[in-house]
Amino acid sequence: MRNATRSSLALAVIFAASALCADEIGDVENGADLFGYCSGCHEVGADAENGIGPHLNGIFGRAAGSIDGYFYSDGLNRMGADGLIWDLTTLDAYIENPRALVSGTRMSFDGWEDAQERADVLAYLRAYSDNPANIPEAEPTARPSEVELPPEVLAIQGDVAYGEYLASDCKTCHQQDGSDEGIPSITRWPVDDFVVAMHAYKRKLRPHPVMQMQAGRLSDEEIAALAAYFKDLD
Amino acid sequence: MTFNRRTFIGTAAVGTAALSAPLLATAQGKPRVVVVGGGAGGATAARYIAKDSEGAIDVTLIEPSRAYYTCFFSNLYIGGFQEMDDLGHGYGTLAADYGINVVHDWATGVDRDAKTVALAGGGSVPYDRLILSPGIDFIDGSVAGWDQSAQGVMPHAYKGGTQAELLKAQIMAMPEGGTFAMVAPPNPYRCPPGPYERISMVAHLLKEVNPTAKIIVADPKEKFSKMALFQEGWNDHYAGMIDWIGPDFGGADVEVRPGTMEVVIDGEATKVDAANVIPAMKAGLIVERAGLTEGNWAPVVPATMQSRMDENIHILGDASSQGDMPKSGYSANSQAKVAAMAVRGALTDARVFPAKFSNTCWSLIDTNDGVKVGATYEATEEKIAKVDGFISETGESDELRKATYEESLGWYAGITSDMFG
Ligand SMILES: Cc1cc2nc3c(=O)[nH]c(=O)nc-3n(C[C@H](O)[C@H](O)[C@H](O)COP(=O)(O)OP(=O)(O)OC[C@H]3O[C@@H](n4cnc5c(N)ncnc54)[C@H](O)[C@@H]3O)c2cc1C
Repeated sequence: MRNATRSSLALAVIFAASALCADEIGDVENGADLFGYCSGCHEVGADAENGIGPHLNGIFGRAAGSIDGYFYSDGLNRMGADGLIWDLTTLDAYIENPRALVSGTRMSFDGWEDAQERADVLAYLRAYSDNPANIPEAEPTARPSEVELPPEVLAIQGDVAYGEYLASDCKTCHQQDGSDEGIPSITRWPVDDFVVAMHAYKRKLRPHPVMQMQAGRLSDEEIAALAAYFKDLD
Repeated sequence: MTFNRRTFIGTAAVGTAALSAPLLATAQGKPRVVVVGGGAGGATAARYIAKDSEGAIDVTLIEPSRAYYTCFFSNLYIGGFQEMDDLGHGYGTLAADYGINVVHDWATGVDRDAKTVALAGGGSVPYDRLILSPGIDFIDGSVAGWDQSAQGVMPHAYKGGTQAELLKAQIMAMPEGGTFAMVAPPNPYRCPPGPYERISMVAHLLKEVNPTAKIIVADPKEKFSKMALFQEGWNDHYAGMIDWIGPDFGGADVEVRPGTMEVVIDGEATKVDAANVIPAMKAGLIVERAGLTEGNWAPVVPATMQSRMDENIHILGDASSQGDMPKSGYSANSQAKVAAMAVRGALTDARVFPAKFSNTCWSLIDTNDGVKVGATYEATEEKIAKVDGFISETGESDELRKATYEESLGWYAGITSDMFG
């Protein structure tokens, strides 16, 4: 995890848009208040049970989609199978923009823009995990957000014809007609979600070796081109 | 990133381009592309050219079979995970929806000066660009005692369809506690993990129907694709069943005797009940006949998949020698898209982008135990060169292995609809 934190730090520098925090993760008390936004669906603490959402005891260090007896969305199951572990970085990315990290999640929450608020609520949740992952006790923890792309990256107008050529490489696995057996559908995604997801793979925050490799060789323009092409595919 | 739009004004404008001069004018006024071989490379190329040129290019596909039975997943058929019927794909959609002229015949020769392809049924087909994707043929004599007349007794099951059915029937007919032998091929050959996925699937089948049976593999290679993953899997699922004999123990010194069903390894003859002989391979014969091979394979220009010996001919898939990509269906499909773009760029004013290639090969070791290996590639002057890659790890969780297997089902659906529409 130490390495992951380091490389995240490097990314944070490159992308310069990330919030960096101080020694403490956040304010536990404020986090307890903010948890009110979550508690309609999630329980945490002694006797917490699964409700609309899974309980959050021991969330740090746990694999996504791994609580027995809770019925997860296909998207979360897939992420869990791919190796997504909840730690400070991934949880932060998830609550900032749930659908960007886990396509098709049922968590009906638009996301938390304010980095400090996210930090506070995660500090609160952390108290209910025995083995908090990715949280050095004393060092400051970087919390670069996978989803915060510089506006100019999101603003690139994709070249649809180029996207169509690049997309031929995707269609060996992802079906043109949007079928999603075994491999998810990537047609008709909103452009921003597509772009953010591809950058998350490129930076190896989303776990999947094929996708990390494929996204890894795409430039910002190429990702925009693909997003522009797949957006309108029937 | 910007791309120069290639607008061809006559032939002079392309003098500096990587692609050769286009032949725009034909008798019918439309440029003609002929594709030989309706497999992973050929069907994909025909479909992409027809689809993307929207009628501006006349596409003819020459393929003897009415249905293409994929080699991919034929091991899963042997293991009982797939039905043979589901591995067959017809050419009806390519003809009806994409306007491709599908000719069910063998190509018997290429006249490169006249630019025509001769057909076994008589007559010939003219082309402006020719695409050859005939897959592989076997090198007779590469396994002492075996030639193609022995394939009914000791099947290779390394081309699609009936050979795999024959091999499975022979395995099912083995006596209790009998012996299955495989002679594995030397490099390079199609589908590097294929023989070892097959061993896994044969072991899976035998474990169910004949659990005291034995499997012998004679292998001329010291190392093979996904070796650590297969060995781990064989230990976990089929302990004591598989005897892999590498070259250090005589695995390269093999003779087979189809008449008596014996396999001789390092001088020692063993009577076996089923034998799978996978000989050394070379490019499909038509490429050799066209005079486009160097050694056993056909060298190509990486950026376009054009033959190094004839710029009007593109050679795809297993038959080509291109550099770092393994010979796989995924690779052939990937190369076909690059070639399709190059052909459209040469014959029409279609835009041409930098070539990108990729490959992933999934293998099934046992029920819900899937693994994969993959890489991305780019075109350099000299070869198709690997950019980045990954491979499944030993000791992965059951969940991940199951997800990997399920992914392979999605891939199969994806690639076959990408080939046949
Ligand atoms: C057991 C096994 C398992 C495999 N598993 C996988 C896998 O999981 N994933 C993967 O990516 N790859 C796999 N492969 C490899 C894959 O099948 C080949 O690499 C791929 O089919 C190559 O495509 P191709 O177009 O070069 O040749 P092919 O797909 O073999 O197509 C060649 C076609 O050309 C036709 N033809 C040949 N000569 C002529 C002629 N003279 N005139 C007209 N037509 C002609 C043939 O009838 C054939 O239909 C596997 C192979 C085997 C044997």
